[in-house]
Amino acid sequence: MTDTAPPPGAAAPSPLPPDAAVSNAALRALLHGLPGVDEVGVQARAADLATRSVKTTAKARAIDLAISMVDLTTLEGADTPGKVRALCAKAVRPDPADRAVPSVAAVCVYPDLARTAADALAGSGVAVASVATAFPSGRAPLEAKLADTRRAVADGAAEIDMVIDRGAFLAGDYRAVYDQILAVKEACGPAHLKVILETGELATYDNVRRASWLAIHAGADFIKTSTGKVAPAATLPVTLIMLEAVRDHHAATGRRVGVKPAGGIRTTKDALRNLVLVNEVAGPGWLDPAHFRLGASSLLNDLLMQRTRLSTGSYPGPDYYTLD
Amino acid sequence: MSTPERPAADTPDAQPHLAAAPEPGGPAPDRLPAGAGPARLAVRKTYKLYVGGAFPRSESGRCYPVTGAHGGHLANAALASRKDARDAVVAARAAFAGWAGRTAYNRGQILYRVAEMMEGRRAQYAAEIAEADGIAADHADRLVCAAVDRWVHYAGWPDKIAQVVGGANPVSGPYFNLSTPEPTGVVAVLAPQRAPLLGLVSVIAPVIATGNTCVVVAAERAPLPALTLAEALAVSDLPGGVVNILTGRTAEIAPHLAAHADVNGLDLTGAAPEEAAELERAAAGTLKRVLRPRPDEDWTADPGLARMTAFLETKTVWHPVGR
Repeated sequence: MTDTAPPPGAAAPSPLPPDAAVSNAALRALLHGLPGVDEVGVQARAADLATRSVKTTAKARAIDLAISMVDLTTLEGADTPGKVRALCAKAVRPDPADRAVPSVAAVCVYPDLARTAADALAGSGVAVASVATAFPSGRAPLEAKLADTRRAVADGAAEIDMVIDRGAFLAGDYRAVYDQILAVKEACGPAHLKVILETGELATYDNVRRASWLAIHAGADFIKTSTGKVAPAATLPVTLIMLEAVRDHHAATGRRVGVKPAGGIRTTKDALRNLVLVNEVAGPGWLDPAHFRLGASSLLNDLLMQRTRLSTGSYPGPDYYTLD
Repeated sequence: MSTPERPAADTPDAQPHLAAAPEPGGPAPDRLPAGAGPARLAVRKTYKLYVGGAFPRSESGRCYPVTGAHGGHLANAALASRKDARDAVVAARAAFAGWAGRTAYNRGQILYRVAEMMEGRRAQYAAEIAEADGIAADHADRLVCAAVDRWVHYAGWPDKIAQVVGGANPVSGPYFNLSTPEPTGVVAVLAPQRAPLLGLVSVIAPVIATGNTCVVVAAERAPLPALTLAEALAVSDLPGGVVNILTGRTAEIAPHLAAHADVNGLDLTGAAPEEAAELERAAAGTLKRVLRPRPDEDWTADPGLARMTAFLETKTVWHPVGR
């Protein structure tokens, strides 16, 4: 198939009833009925779109849009409440010297720090996102994953980033993955659910497409590429395949699922390439923090430096930005 | 460099297809006698930049003609853009921690190795500066010897500068007070427009001897010796990025380096007198160390310490006296 044309009939299957018991066979028929990914084609398309040149005023607008899409992330074993509070202050006002810089979309932390982040961000308009479900491996009993999720939501997380059970997915037990997403979605209550596919562990582009459809059908509000703990993380071809899935789902059902590449996006150039990809593959309807996010930590400083470069004309240096 | 006569004995055994069927008495020594074949095509060198230990072309794709003292065309050199300067600063910053973190003794060894590599290319340097400056061959050779000696001079300094400009300060209390010099960071160097080799060596070596890394804008009029120096640097254990050499219009590149917030020092030696003040003003925006140009600089004189101490910071620590 071409990468831009909507896939033929098989790729827009009738939505499965979300609450009915779905058999493994039905899911298998659905996912393996998807058209295969043309590996060379998708890489060439991603590489081609990556050469687009975004300059001057368009670049300035793209940088501000990218800043407003950042999920500012800290997911380290060494995270402290102090570090999370500092990050929250930066999320609300990324550049203290320039009030025209927009706030980021959300701060992403481990569940035990969700309360700290929620307190620091109260009233700011910046959401708290929390990873849950035994992030990053996802290897825990379902009860533990659900408890993890409920606790994060109770502590103020408006968005939950869950990981799928890659072991079950690769073993072909799609039903287990589907049921877990449904259960976590229910535990989320009002919170948005982002489903992390961990594409670096899925081995093939076909699996990325299948996992995307599986997560979308199970009710994900966002599909996210990676935990950031596995390399390769968010590559352009993978993001492209996921954008195609949400585009096709929107065309078939009218529901707009978001996409969040995360991990390995460090430079303004990477961010702008992602925005070009969103516009060209999914369409301008996704160029909004409600439907596209960039999971990153060091990216924000580079965006701020490029913003300074555009506004002052001289090259900035990292000495003038926070270490986080 | 074109060589009028080519020695003939350097090819036969190096080419396997020629040596495939050896004659009983072994290969004849003069199978390809000089002058027997057709006239040899000139193999001209493409002069490129030296950034991060590699030799890239300018990202702009531009180049400019370099002429000798008598107006003849010597070569085309890359005309670096502000983005090449930006990339060079990134390379210099990346190399800084590793270079400054080496022991002073090791930096001295590496600098001496650079002098060894330059010594082997003396004839090439002499020919280049003779063409660039229109001077006699023996004068050019003396200048090259002075340049190599200057490099050796600075190769001795890395493990001695701390004893000369640092030390134990006298204090009236039960503690020690010790000052040590530390490198400033990334230094942008505008190489002198005169003295394309001796002057160049005299501004690069003191900056890197003390642990700084540098981005050098070579003399606009005579950039070729700088690029040949880069070839010596590239094969002398000097980590990539410690010295980055750009060729092009000094007036085009210098303002971007002077205002760059990730550059910590600025050597204005090669700046035009009417531009130096403006560059110094731009450098003040980020509190750079600035070395002002001296129009009467004598490159053959004893260099002293000034060019090293200009890009050093002094760290002073207090430590209680033990019992």
